[in-house]
Amino acid sequence: MDLVMLSRLQFAVATMFHFLFVPLTLGLSVLIAIMETKYVRTGDEIYLKMTKFWGKIFLINFAVGVVTGITLEFQFGTNWSRYSIYVGDIFGSILAIEATVAFFLESTFIGVWAFGWKKLSKKAHAFVIWLVAFGSMISGYWILVANAWMQHPVGYVIKNNRAELVDFFAIITQKLALLEFFHTIPAAFILSSFFVMSISAYHLLKKQNIDFFEKSFKLALVMGLIFSIVVIGTGDMSGVDVAHTQPAKLAAMESHWETKTYAPINLIAIPSEEEERNIIEFGEIPGILSFLAFHDFTAEVKGLKDIPKDERPPVLLTSIAFKGMVGLGSYFFLITLIGWFKRNKLIDSVKFLKIIMISLPLPYIAIELGWILTEVGRQPWIVYGLMKTKDAVSVSVSEIQVIASLIGFIVIYGLLGAIGFYLIFKNALKGPQNS
Amino acid sequence: MCIETVWFFIWGLLWAIFFITDGFDFGIGVLYPFLGKNETDKKIMINTLGPLWDGNEVWLITAGGVTFAAFPLLYAVMFSSFYSALMIILFALILRGVSFEFRGQIDNPKWHRVWDTCIFIGSAIPAILFGVAFANIFKGIPIDGNGLYHGDLLSLLNPYGILGGILFLVLFMQHGALWLCIKTEGEIQQKAVKTANAIWPLVLIVVAVFLVVSKFETKLYANYIETPYLFVIIAVTVAALIGIMIYLVKQDYMRAWISSAITIVGATFFGIIGLYPNMFPSNINKEFNITAFNASSSQLTLQIMLIVAIIFVPIVIGYQIWAYNLFKDKINKDNLIYF
Repeated sequence: MDLVMLSRLQFAVATMFHFLFVPLTLGLSVLIAIMETKYVRTGDEIYLKMTKFWGKIFLINFAVGVVTGITLEFQFGTNWSRYSIYVGDIFGSILAIEATVAFFLESTFIGVWAFGWKKLSKKAHAFVIWLVAFGSMISGYWILVANAWMQHPVGYVIKNNRAELVDFFAIITQKLALLEFFHTIPAAFILSSFFVMSISAYHLLKKQNIDFFEKSFKLALVMGLIFSIVVIGTGDMSGVDVAHTQPAKLAAMESHWETKTYAPINLIAIPSEEEERNIIEFGEIPGILSFLAFHDFTAEVKGLKDIPKDERPPVLLTSIAFKGMVGLGSYFFLITLIGWFKRNKLIDSVKFLKIIMISLPLPYIAIELGWILTEVGRQPWIVYGLMKTKDAVSVSVSEIQVIASLIGFIVIYGLLGAIGFYLIFKNALKGPQNS
Repeated sequence: MCIETVWFFIWGLLWAIFFITDGFDFGIGVLYPFLGKNETDKKIMINTLGPLWDGNEVWLITAGGVTFAAFPLLYAVMFSSFYSALMIILFALILRGVSFEFRGQIDNPKWHRVWDTCIFIGSAIPAILFGVAFANIFKGIPIDGNGLYHGDLLSLLNPYGILGGILFLVLFMQHGALWLCIKTEGEIQQKAVKTANAIWPLVLIVVAVFLVVSKFETKLYANYIETPYLFVIIAVTVAALIGIMIYLVKQDYMRAWISSAITIVGATFFGIIGLYPNMFPSNINKEFNITAFNASSSQLTLQIMLIVAIIFVPIVIGYQIWAYNLFKDKINKDNLIYF
């Protein structure tokens, strides 16, 4: 493997691992904030117990999430130095603003929340977890602004051999940034809601702490149902956006080779990049791809063959990621909708609880597939249309150095992941304590 | 003053704040196996920094982010040149960070020992390597006109680089010991006081040696000789260093700690002012130097960033002071939160 592939692999390992923990931080902080607010308003001790139980799990998850985030910011400089020089004016400033306006907020107040139970009034303590939740979301917004700029660069001119800022407002308010925000944050909320529902289902199946876990389950269910709908809506809007801004990604998503009107989707399609066709196709529905992309069944959709070979993303991985994400997204909506009708007889819905319990990995898979689609689908560009990934890699760094650090990442992150999830589930399965 | 110069000093200031905030965390981590002889003492030590270290570490993220935003060329060349050293620092910081959370999750001596080791390694390595990195920057880096680095991890470990590492290590150990003097009581406090007293002469010697050796190994003094009133920075640093001992004798640990913080800021600015306008000087040819001017972002980016910094940095400092104040009580075996 060459330097570019090694650095890409390292970045993929680091971001995908980091993103196993970030979504739960985003969503669980909101659920805990709601629980603690309910406690403050009603004085009902069960909500305090819920806050502490889910809070303990939250803190373990947060710790792994936060330490794995540190490496990401530095990797642009270590592994992608030519990219950093080219886009630092814009991309770097967005990351710096993220740290200043958001990351400080969540990192400072998480300590206050964890240690401040006896030091703050009930109201102030509940307010602090809202600050953490709010900080995480603002943080997410800035990161997604940075990512959206890589997908669809706006507000810049090329001057002095680099992209220089001309319109800051255009960058932070561009449609794609907002679409990514309103797709990713809801996806994180769905993941968190499934996390809480799954663990609650385990305890409900064992008939322990029934009231406690019914309340937790219902709270998460409402969150899951609402945001499954939001995710589908913004996902559809993102499809239209991709059709306009990144036609190669759209074509790869559906392994769509020939430019045509009434473009179909296939339920199953296995593409062959050498033969430039799908070697297996099944379940063609005409017009749907045209409709998804342009909200018009007759619209012409550009095929991969009309895109130069060296500007096509990896087709198989992009299409699997897309279909997997869409399939899972639909599943989350259906299962939470069923949950809505069963919400008052949860304890008797054994089959439903079992399904929810074993569904726990699915939102994790869906959310990682979403990132694969976004990032792999953008290839071979690092900044779409401006800079190719192969031109972005560091010049000073040797393959040996990257191999060594990649091994370091895999070993340390592997151990942290194993220990982190072990501790999370150990606490989760133990149930709330009476202390 | 032009905006590049303003950002140059903000950049220096962010590193200095990181060193005074996370610096005592590193120091306590290094002292941890030596002062934490039993489980209660260990828990007390971790609790003195438990609520704060996370917020402290964000100053590193911000210093890194500002390097990227304001000086992209510096960010790219510095971080790719120091690739292996930086990766080791990052892995160490990861281990330290999770140790605080993981350690208390399982009540088992073997489990504790694993994370105790990680706390020590995760604190000692960054403390030393940040010093090594900065000393090498002061000395000059083998980079060519294309920003290509002609060295490796071992070439950073030259005598002056190692001296820088030792300097940072002893400064942070003293800073951490003084924090323990403030935050603890009884026997553990006595041990911390003893440690602070024992480290102080060592710090004094290392600082003196560093100041002298810098005359021969670096060009840092050029700016001072050109503008002699800048020597006041060195005078303040040394005065603050002496202040530590005066307040230690008076048993006024808070003022001793503040003196230590001023020493750290002074030591950082001794280098920063000596470097100006260089940020990553080349020891191959001074035409290859990376400076505040040839590495900077566009004027518009620098202006927008300055507005953000003027609004938000005071807010951040404000709520961090509030958080420090909230956790100002001494830690003892009865008010341990967890870990």
